[in-house]
Amino acid sequence: MTDLETRLEDRLRSVLPADADYASARHVIEKGTRLEVRNGVVEPAATSHDEGVMFMVWRNGGIGYGATSDLTDAGLAVAVERASQWAAATSGRSVVNETPLLHTVGDYETPVAESFEAMGLADQIAMLVRVDAAMKVDERIVDRGAAILRYDVETLLVTNGGGRVAQRIRQVFPDLHATANVGSNTQTRTYGRAAFGGQGGLEVMAQHGFADAPVRIGQEAVALLDAPNCPTGVMDLILAPDQMVLQIHESIGHPLELDRILGDERNYAGTSFVTPEMFGTYQYGSELLNVTFDPTVAGEVASYGYDDDGTPAERTHLIKDGVLQRPMGGTISQARSGLDGVANSRASSWNRPPIDRMANLNVEAGDSTVDELIAGVEHGVLMETNVSWSIDDSRNKFQFGCELGRVIENGEITGIVRNPNYRGISSTFWRNLNGVANDFTTMGTPNCGKGEPNQVIRVGHASPHCRFAGVQVFGGEA
Amino acid sequence: MSVDNIRQEFDDLVSWATGTLQGDEVLLASMRGETSDFVRFNHASVRQAGSVQQQSLSVDLISGRNHAEGSVTLTGHAATDRPRVTALLDGLRAQRAVLPEDPYLLFATDGVDSERSVTGALPAAADAVDAVAAGATGNDFVGIYAAGSTYEAFGSSMGQRNWFDAATFNLDWSLHLRGDKATKNAYAGTNWDDQAFQSKLDWSVRELAALGRPPKSLPPGGYRSYLTPAAMQEIMGMLSWGGFGLRAHETRQTPLLRMVTEGASFAPSVSIAEDIVGGVAPDFQSAGFCRPAAVSLITDGVFDSHLVSPRSAQEYGVATNGAEDHEYPLAIAMDPGSLPAGGVLDALGTGLYIGNLWYLNFSDRTACRTTGMTRFGTFWVEGGEIVAPIEVLRFDDTAYNLLGDRLEGLTDTAETILDSSTYEHRSMESLRLPGALVSEMTFTL
Repeated sequence: MTDLETRLEDRLRSVLPADADYASARHVIEKGTRLEVRNGVVEPAATSHDEGVMFMVWRNGGIGYGATSDLTDAGLAVAVERASQWAAATSGRSVVNETPLLHTVGDYETPVAESFEAMGLADQIAMLVRVDAAMKVDERIVDRGAAILRYDVETLLVTNGGGRVAQRIRQVFPDLHATANVGSNTQTRTYGRAAFGGQGGLEVMAQHGFADAPVRIGQEAVALLDAPNCPTGVMDLILAPDQMVLQIHESIGHPLELDRILGDERNYAGTSFVTPEMFGTYQYGSELLNVTFDPTVAGEVASYGYDDDGTPAERTHLIKDGVLQRPMGGTISQARSGLDGVANSRASSWNRPPIDRMANLNVEAGDSTVDELIAGVEHGVLMETNVSWSIDDSRNKFQFGCELGRVIENGEITGIVRNPNYRGISSTFWRNLNGVANDFTTMGTPNCGKGEPNQVIRVGHASPHCRFAGVQVFGGEA
Repeated sequence: MSVDNIRQEFDDLVSWATGTLQGDEVLLASMRGETSDFVRFNHASVRQAGSVQQQSLSVDLISGRNHAEGSVTLTGHAATDRPRVTALLDGLRAQRAVLPEDPYLLFATDGVDSERSVTGALPAAADAVDAVAAGATGNDFVGIYAAGSTYEAFGSSMGQRNWFDAATFNLDWSLHLRGDKATKNAYAGTNWDDQAFQSKLDWSVRELAALGRPPKSLPPGGYRSYLTPAAMQEIMGMLSWGGFGLRAHETRQTPLLRMVTEGASFAPSVSIAEDIVGGVAPDFQSAGFCRPAAVSLITDGVFDSHLVSPRSAQEYGVATNGAEDHEYPLAIAMDPGSLPAGGVLDALGTGLYIGNLWYLNFSDRTACRTTGMTRFGTFWVEGGEIVAPIEVLRFDDTAYNLLGDRLEGLTDTAETILDSSTYEHRSMESLRLPGALVSEMTFTL
């Protein structure tokens, strides 16, 4: 720890009210970088340094938050005073009274196999120029781009009971897109639409074949121009991992967030079709469905040691053999509901209080190969890479679209189709899961929005290919 | 710290940073900040209450056609901010040395100074909470109260200065009956009035009573529908996602592609503009260009003008009209029509009164075909009378239908909606929209 960090920690501790039932200071520094090449032109390189602190004061059943980017002594004093004032103003009016929060001590840091700094800025740009150019496989490619987004987030949580949790998370999101057009027909292929991110350094770029992807992406965008529209009908559907990310996120992740079940999100992100009495008995999916909350997976986007309330994180089954086991709710939501939960109380930054979020939410691998899943389909479509997502506020009726579909007839892929979409109902869709492959793939999404005030957060998902029976499939406009 | 003091600190910081520039360097600096209170409610109790004070500075450090961009949070005190800015500029110089020339760099060299303040009378935060808590008693009230000062500024090493600040509140709430049966409302502005808030709350309570009737479950199909201004906000949000930006048009990714390639159009009654003067967004942007009072986007159903960022202007050889890089409208306004707003139920006759739409996305982007859900305050109407709330429905239809040959009329008044979004900071976007009566809207699930 540097002298500066030590001094800041001492200053944060010194302003925490010792007489509060619970008080904490959460200091966050997020450094971001964005490099992008678009159509052969290097876009302006951008760096960011975001730093601030949020105080939480819990006294006599009232809870208050005060956040500031002013880290001078005067600034810290004002912020902690505002938190104290809010605690007083909300005493007797809060949805929760006694504090269940712990004074944890611990630390966590993303393992990095190969540092980005070892590559150098000039070489990173040269790599992006190269892959951007490789996507120009045809004159019909009208727009293309290659980008790398990186985040380096350091969090220090100290409490008035001696708690101290220090964490450093390093995330990488590579991105590619190629857009092809003829007349009113425009088709875009991407590198997983930003789903192929992860924690670590340069090794994240290789995880999903970034260097080899651009030619394929360009060729597929062009091929989609001449592909027929996706067929319409009820048929078998295989989802590739970069669509499973979205399917898991929207129709398992959000409905299992305990704050939604408790009603906190009803004015914005919505409620849930899941109710408290379902846990332990409800058949969420077929017996092939096993879902874990697992912040311990090496290299996945949202791995961490502790959530932003300081609760230690561990691998936990949310759905086992198809049966719903427990929700995703942090310590406060668990106290409010009386339900067991997980360590998922997370804040988007220092300027927002923690709420129940997904972290790494994964569908566990099955026994089949992808070829075996395909061989089991008489008439169906395999869909890759999410492009459209929409679901009702109870997270039940959904409609999702993908960039590319592959028609399957009598167990073999016969060609590609454009504008593939499908719709269904969460509470029945997962019960039609009839095949889970063994190609467990770690991914994530950089943009999960929720909360009032609004918070966007980075979430991890991992999944193999999965097959569903009897799904309504359809294409775009003629 | 007062808004006046923050403005002075920004002015001093840019002037000081200008003095540290090397050679032919040019500095563009934008600041954004807020001092806001946020109070979140659930079941008419407080879920979370807090305050946020934040400032961040974004700079573009230019030398010839080479440049690099960066941002840093500020404390508001010169003694701590100047070293941060020095470190930022040093880092950008090092990056710039590696980066090639940027052919699309464009910034204002003869920009105009401006200032605008939207002032009001905000209640003390605790008083507002008291008012909300008192009004919410007895109801399942869920929502958020957000209020305080927001400010944005631009300054350049060439001496240009632009300033915008606003003191606003935005109370966004819903009252819930059971399950997903709820009514939505908002009270936003610059001068809090207890009676105005109570009046809106009373309206919510009356609508909640209508939700108590047994819900009607409708099969998929086409239904005559009235879309309130709040529902139209969602439709307009989708059109804004690439609909009006020059880059999306030039790269053929706009949802209005068929307007460009096939001459498709909306109904002649549809006129849409970026109405900066009628909104609450700043009239300047981060490269120092000023925004015109209004830009006509759709006129009499036909595509008119694009929103053009400085970068697109340089890339495609046209003039900028002060859009940010995302080329997304900040103060979209749709002309009202002639349908009496007080008589929409009579005009609807039998069909769906859609209070809100939710979670829209494109099911076929280039055809502008959009899917989404009904949400709060949506009812089945017969003979001009509300009969029952409905179970949620999914629609999947094109804007060329809803705003084209199936559009029967727009209401004769347009409602101003202050965006309640608070991602990273409180939004300064707004919309002014009428309601729309359509002969048929396609529902699929």
